[in-house]
Amino acid sequence: MMRFPGKLLGRSLGRRTPGRPHRFAESPVLQLRLPSWRSYLFSVMFLVFFLALIGRSFYLQILNTDFLQGKGDSRYRRDLEISASRGRILDRNGEILGISTPMRSIWAIPGDTNLSPEQLQKLAQLLKADSRELARKLNTDRNFVWLQRQVPPEAAQQIAGEKFPGVHQENEYRRFYPTGDMTAHIVGFTSVDDKGLEGVELAFQSNLMGMNGSRSVIRDRRGQIVEDVGSIRYPLDGKDIHLALDSKIQYLAYSTLKKAIAENRAKAGGVVVVDTKTGEILALANWPTYNPNNREQLSGAPLRNRAVTDSFEPGSTLKPFTAALALEKGKYRYDSIINCAPGRITINGATISDPHPHGALTLAQVIQKSSNVGMARVAASFTPQEMWDMFASVGFGKQPGLGFPGEVPGRLRPWNKWRPIEQATMAYGHGISVSLMQLARSYTVFARDGDLIPLSLIRIENGDLVSGTQVFSPQTAREMRAMLELAVQPGGTAPRARVPGYRVAGKTGTAYKIEGGAYAKKYVASFVGIVPASDPRLVIAVMIDEPGGSGYYGGTVAGPVFATVAAGALRTFGIPPDAPVTIQARQENVPGTPETTATRLAQGPELMETPTGGPL
Amino acid sequence: MLRLNMLLMLFSVFCALATVTSQHKARQLFQALELEQERARQLDIEFGQLQLELSTWAAHPRIEQIARERLKMRVPDPAHIIIARSGTPGNAP
Repeated sequence: MMRFPGKLLGRSLGRRTPGRPHRFAESPVLQLRLPSWRSYLFSVMFLVFFLALIGRSFYLQILNTDFLQGKGDSRYRRDLEISASRGRILDRNGEILGISTPMRSIWAIPGDTNLSPEQLQKLAQLLKADSRELARKLNTDRNFVWLQRQVPPEAAQQIAGEKFPGVHQENEYRRFYPTGDMTAHIVGFTSVDDKGLEGVELAFQSNLMGMNGSRSVIRDRRGQIVEDVGSIRYPLDGKDIHLALDSKIQYLAYSTLKKAIAENRAKAGGVVVVDTKTGEILALANWPTYNPNNREQLSGAPLRNRAVTDSFEPGSTLKPFTAALALEKGKYRYDSIINCAPGRITINGATISDPHPHGALTLAQVIQKSSNVGMARVAASFTPQEMWDMFASVGFGKQPGLGFPGEVPGRLRPWNKWRPIEQATMAYGHGISVSLMQLARSYTVFARDGDLIPLSLIRIENGDLVSGTQVFSPQTAREMRAMLELAVQPGGTAPRARVPGYRVAGKTGTAYKIEGGAYAKKYVASFVGIVPASDPRLVIAVMIDEPGGSGYYGGTVAGPVFATVAAGALRTFGIPPDAPVTIQARQENVPGTPETTATRLAQGPELMETPTGGPL
Repeated sequence: MLRLNMLLMLFSVFCALATVTSQHKARQLFQALELEQERARQLDIEFGQLQLELSTWAAHPRIEQIARERLKMRVPDPAHIIIARSGTPGNAP
């Protein structure tokens, strides 16, 4: 191509005759006649060039556009993740039980980190880690290592300031539990990656979890965001969970339980407080417990939420159900006389006995004095199926369905496999096992008018909407409450469960533990109480496992725990006293001479007809 | 003809400058917005941290300890409690 002008010039020079003048306007070049193939050649060449250009642009713009666009975007466009935070866990009054706050996680690309020994020392010091350990971590051929996760923001800023090569940071949320071991079992905890592993954190994982958002932006040379491109996907923060838990009552339950366990040198224990109007779980305390803020400890037996994952033979605390069934079937009245002498009964070769032999007792007194023989006699009047139906309908043998991980259904064998002795022992709570949660729930039947309501971990806004299934008639429930009040009166099994100023209905339980298939000389002391007995608001169930002190009876070990928790909970809720305080005060001074309706009920049937202000 | 061309050229130069200016302003505003959003996020985080701190200070064991030991508070015995009932005077037990 470059040769044509040269040729042209040479030819024109050759044609010029030297010396002959010519006018400037008439250039000899213009007089040249060019061969026509030249112009054709040029036209064709231009055409080919343009076609090549069009083809090239087609290739770039249409065929190869994705690749090129991607390359271009990667030069200036960045996809940013917008992190969403996990929902908080709050108690019923809005106090924080679990909250996430961002921390920095330090990671490194081992190939890029060429730290001098001094730098390594400095980094280890800032991370509060061992420098040899750190060197070992960095000495791998992997592309990515976590140096330390969830470092406090201040330390992270210092690390960033040192500008260690190949050491990077990113935001990560860390979960904090300000109430620590007190609420550990109910709240649970999360993994390092913010996934719920236990308790409410696991049960409500899908609600608590946030959805990260994303946006793509254009960044300038200084790394500042200049423009949003495309659409933004906004992050969805996790929802807050308002538990039914009242942290004041929880603290009271927890600290009282802890003290009682230390005093009685017990192995374990639990307290459950349930609101009888709504079925809300106001407190759930277990011992032993753990601190969810300390990750190194998160293993082993203390993690077990015993109140829902462990079942035990409750013993006498189940007697009221047998008695209620007797009332419901019309086979017995509160004042029916049951012969409990001579304190022993033999069924098919097995003997059931009372710790203290009783003579003839009314049904109410059988409950008050907790006579095994009396209960065995009552149970003999039912068919196994009747008893099984009743136990099943108050929720035994079924998971309570709170959503907690590892809830146990307890053990309630099918009725057609029962032996006669089993039916007798089940009447007083042996040969059947329940969790403390189930036990607390079943007592709401007596606290309400004979209906069983589902329990709730979550705060219930409108308690009127709670509906239950009728198990006993309202009349039976009221009579049972009156009987249960007797147990707490002097002459009953749990005078130490009394709460000054309030009428208490409750039942003690002292059960032998099974070890290796046989009953060992170890006990489970329990107490389940209902306060105030005139218009029940709370059911409190206490269980102390293997009390090792001088006393092991439910009334002496678990009763006082109940009394302390109940007194505090009633005060917290501002529930007015329903027993004359003055009489209660006199009782403190002169024990053994109370003059309340409940004791009169126990003394004789004729007074049952005219109770004054009583629950009947 | 020449005059019109000159005019159009001036006009297009003016438009070009205006575009540049408004783009610049838009970016400035965008960065300001970005900064404020970042500040909002930081405040949000700080709020969370303060909440955490608050609940640490207001922990029940601490309150009980201070109430009992430093302030010498105690629960009154039932004999010293007077219940005031609303509505029905004289009906109290």
